Amino acid sequence: MNTSRSLLWQIVLILVIIAVCVFPFYWMVTTSLKTQIVALEAPPVWLFEPTLQNYREALFEDAVLRTLINSLIIAVCTTALALLLGVPAAFALARFEFRGKKDLWFWFITNRMVSPIVLALPFFLIARSLNLLDKHITLILIYLTFNLPIVIWIVTDQFRGIPYDLDEAARLEGASQFTIMRKICLPLAMPGVAVSAIFSFIFSWNELMFGLILTRTEAKTAPAMAVSFMEGYNLPYGKIMATSTLIVIPVLIFALIASKQLVRGLTMGAVK
Amino acid sequence: MRAQVSRRTIFAFIGPAVFGLAIVGIAPLLYAGWTSLHFFNLTKLKRIKFIGLENYWSVLTDEVFWQAMGRTFFLLCTALPLQIALGLGIALILHKPGLGLLKTLARLSLVLPMATTYAVVGLLGQVMFNQKFGVVNQLMGGANVNWIGDPTNAFAMIIFWDVWQWTPFVALVLLAGLTMVPGEVEEAARLETKSWWVVLRHVQLPFLLPGLVAVLILRTADTLKLFDMVFTLTRGGPGSSTEFISLMIQRVGFRGFDQGLASAQAIILLIITIVLAQIYIRVFYKEV
Repeated sequence: MNTSRSLLWQIVLILVIIAVCVFPFYWMVTTSLKTQIVALEAPPVWLFEPTLQNYREALFEDAVLRTLINSLIIAVCTTALALLLGVPAAFALARFEFRGKKDLWFWFITNRMVSPIVLALPFFLIARSLNLLDKHITLILIYLTFNLPIVIWIVTDQFRGIPYDLDEAARLEGASQFTIMRKICLPLAMPGVAVSAIFSFIFSWNELMFGLILTRTEAKTAPAMAVSFMEGYNLPYGKIMATSTLIVIPVLIFALIASKQLVRGLTMGAVK
Repeated sequence: MRAQVSRRTIFAFIGPAVFGLAIVGIAPLLYAGWTSLHFFNLTKLKRIKFIGLENYWSVLTDEVFWQAMGRTFFLLCTALPLQIALGLGIALILHKPGLGLLKTLARLSLVLPMATTYAVVGLLGQVMFNQKFGVVNQLMGGANVNWIGDPTNAFAMIIFWDVWQWTPFVALVLLAGLTMVPGEVEEAARLETKSWWVVLRHVQLPFLLPGLVAVLILRTADTLKLFDMVFTLTRGGPGSSTEFISLMIQRVGFRGFDQGLASAQAIILLIITIVLAQIYIRVFYKEV
């Protein structure tokens, strides 16, 4: 009797948790399917005839499609670059002993903590004088400030879990450290590399402030585009929610794929 | 047994990353340091001149700066306890045995808020908290609360979204901690006492501490960084009621065009961040 009641409570509470997490997404998607007239009805309506008008307008008339492609290019390139620079560094941190290792570690921690606005001011001035405003490469490089630390962090953690015996055997065969990393450790570290790539992609894709400050039209990112609909009166709410939905879907899919490692990655390995 | 390798090899592995991060992470800071020592207004670029520490003096004696700082820590001190309390509750509910499928579903739903684009959370806030056609007022039984236009309500709304987005994260961190408790220890404790509180306090808490420390550090950092969600939701308004530190610096630098002053503010924020990071790491992360 007592246990069945507590079980019932548990079920109810879990359903509440799920509802609270999911409801804003439900509201976002349904609003994106409303015409402007339906969207502005007060109180809001829950049942209506859905239309894809907002998606059509957003994607093809307002060039949201292009900003999505920009975001994709930038997120993929910065992730690739972060892996290229970060994986060897992670290998060194996991495998070699050298002076200043702790300081390097601390530098990475603070990099994760520094507010991006601190970098945005000088980056704007530098980009302006080098004629790099509104270019993809600018965002690709600046996103390294948060992607590189996270890649190094997660991959170092992964490399540490690989037994040394394997290295030892390979070295006796005469393999260089680079070969050991590429041929032996990297294949075993692939799960960590994949998770760090997903993280790097999500963070870059989600970023707004640098996109807002450093791009205008050519390299404009999707979040910056969504924000630009917020100007003036009579805001196109349906279109804003359609754009939001298009932005959010890919990251949610990636997050679900990496859901098991998400917590560990976000806490930089503090929680196993 | 670590490999003995030459300095050259070490440099070849680690050099590119250090070099890359130095270019994008340190060079701009040096430039910000230079800017902060100058009168540097984007609308009066012909009149850039060295003024020493004057900008720093302006910031340190500027009430608006310290109010924004205070607001930022007030947000942290209200949202974080809520996130920890609710997160712990959720973790304990999901830690109870049984209901496999439903719990998996819950765990997947918890992943969604924290991955959501911050800017989109702000835009969603605009739609859901609208006074006239917002669903929040409707769900509150047809209330007529002005969320976005009233200073106190706007702040409450920011707290709500911060809690919505990051409680799941806290919950999953604590849940991971709970599963670290050895099963037989927990069972033995439950035979001894019926009180969940005693079990939590004496058996589970030690396993939760590392996660709680990580949450404290990350939430502090993220609150100091908070920009996207507030910018899309209230732009710091009404008035300056939700103008947190990162928003304020952005306003001074890009809407007020005073790059010199904004750079000084940014450098002071950077120093505060580094001091906080040092304290946190000294106090909590001794083992690192």
